[in-house]
Amino acid sequence: MAAPQATEEQLLYANILNKGMMVGLIGLVVTFIIYGAGILEPVIPIDQVQNYWVMPVSDYLAQTGIHAGWAWLGKLGYGDMLNFLPIAFLSLLTIVCYAAIIPGLLRKKDTIYVVLAVTEIVVLAVAASGLLGSGGH
Amino acid sequence: MKSFKVSKISIALMALLTLVITASAVFASSEAVATAAVETTAQAAHAWWYWPLILLVLSFVLGVFAVLAGVGGGVLYVPIVSGFLPFHLDFVRGAGLIVALAGALAAGPGLLKKGMADLRLAIPMALIASTCAIFGAMIGLALPTNVIQTLLGATILGIVLIMIKAKKSEYPDVPQADALSQTLRITGIYHEPTINKDVSWKVHRTPQALALFVIIGVMAGMFGLGAGWANVPVLNLLMGAPIKISVATSKFLLSITDTSAAWIYLNNGAVLPLMVVPSVVGIMLGSFIGVRVLAVTKPAVIRILVISVLGVAGLKALLKGLGIG
Repeated sequence: MAAPQATEEQLLYANILNKGMMVGLIGLVVTFIIYGAGILEPVIPIDQVQNYWVMPVSDYLAQTGIHAGWAWLGKLGYGDMLNFLPIAFLSLLTIVCYAAIIPGLLRKKDTIYVVLAVTEIVVLAVAASGLLGSGGH
Repeated sequence: MKSFKVSKISIALMALLTLVITASAVFASSEAVATAAVETTAQAAHAWWYWPLILLVLSFVLGVFAVLAGVGGGVLYVPIVSGFLPFHLDFVRGAGLIVALAGALAAGPGLLKKGMADLRLAIPMALIASTCAIFGAMIGLALPTNVIQTLLGATILGIVLIMIKAKKSEYPDVPQADALSQTLRITGIYHEPTINKDVSWKVHRTPQALALFVIIGVMAGMFGLGAGWANVPVLNLLMGAPIKISVATSKFLLSITDTSAAWIYLNNGAVLPLMVVPSVVGIMLGSFIGVRVLAVTKPAVIRILVISVLGVAGLKALLKGLGIG
């Protein structure tokens, strides 16, 4: 019986995920400290957020005038919007990991898994793009 | 002596959870009254850090319980936070997905490196589940809150039944790998330290499993739940993957399924950093402690406690959705 061993793709995926996850989690804490400490002014005053999280997201967006989707990217100078950077980073990690294993799969002529990996990237990219609608119900 | 220590830990954990939920629910009631005046006065009822701190502590306790009970954080987080705290279900589901995602991302590398989570097994399942999770999330954000709350309650009660009834099979008997899994070359070998042997495994009933991942994906996206409670029985009992491979691959799968659903919530504005960050930090610290507590607790006792808490949270969600609670 062959010795158990994670495949080359599996190890590559794991290494990228490990580094990315650490960066993302550290980023999450650092940006939250910046937000909580008031180092950067937030779009919504931090003591007012509790007034909005009790309502449906559509009402929250309507009352605050916040634009959903990727609008936060243009407002990274604000403490609350800055927090979306590590959240988006963590949510993009899977796409990066999938993209990284494709060359190895191609070398092995593992056509089916190349197709599956590319399709997964497309699915996640479409979800991330906001093409499927943004703005709440 | 040891069982006395076990009981004490279990009781202490349960008491802490009860205390946090009760205190939160009491304050949530007064918050609801205060909320009625919010739209006109925009007065904040508490210091900004008050609810994030409660989320941090509650998530920490849930993180401990999640590890001890062998469930993902999301399945505990969503019904309990939406049932007992003042946050709207839209934001709780958004936070629940990020919580489940962060937990899965953190566990993924170790599980992949050890060969416990299997990439070839995960990739086809993940494609189906993540695609369907997008539709689930869109449906979830489009339906009225009371409908989602009712369905969530019913789902949680269903999960409680699954947890009570579901059996586990350490090394299921797979006489013949099915044609699809052979084509996809879904097979592997892992080292089992308890018997000091390399265990070879293969799977069957792959098409049926893929069909079930359609439902799992929709539910994960719709309710913001991690779907480990459903992944594991499908991988283990239906497909015949060994239990350790099933649990590890399920955890890794969540990092992909929840990513797609999380993007839908994120793009719809249903992710608030003031809720997400304390929840993620709390549940990860809790998981860290949970792994250590696991060594001195009886999983069976914790399992009963978690099933009870989930039962109450599911019932609360159901009644809330029906306008009774």
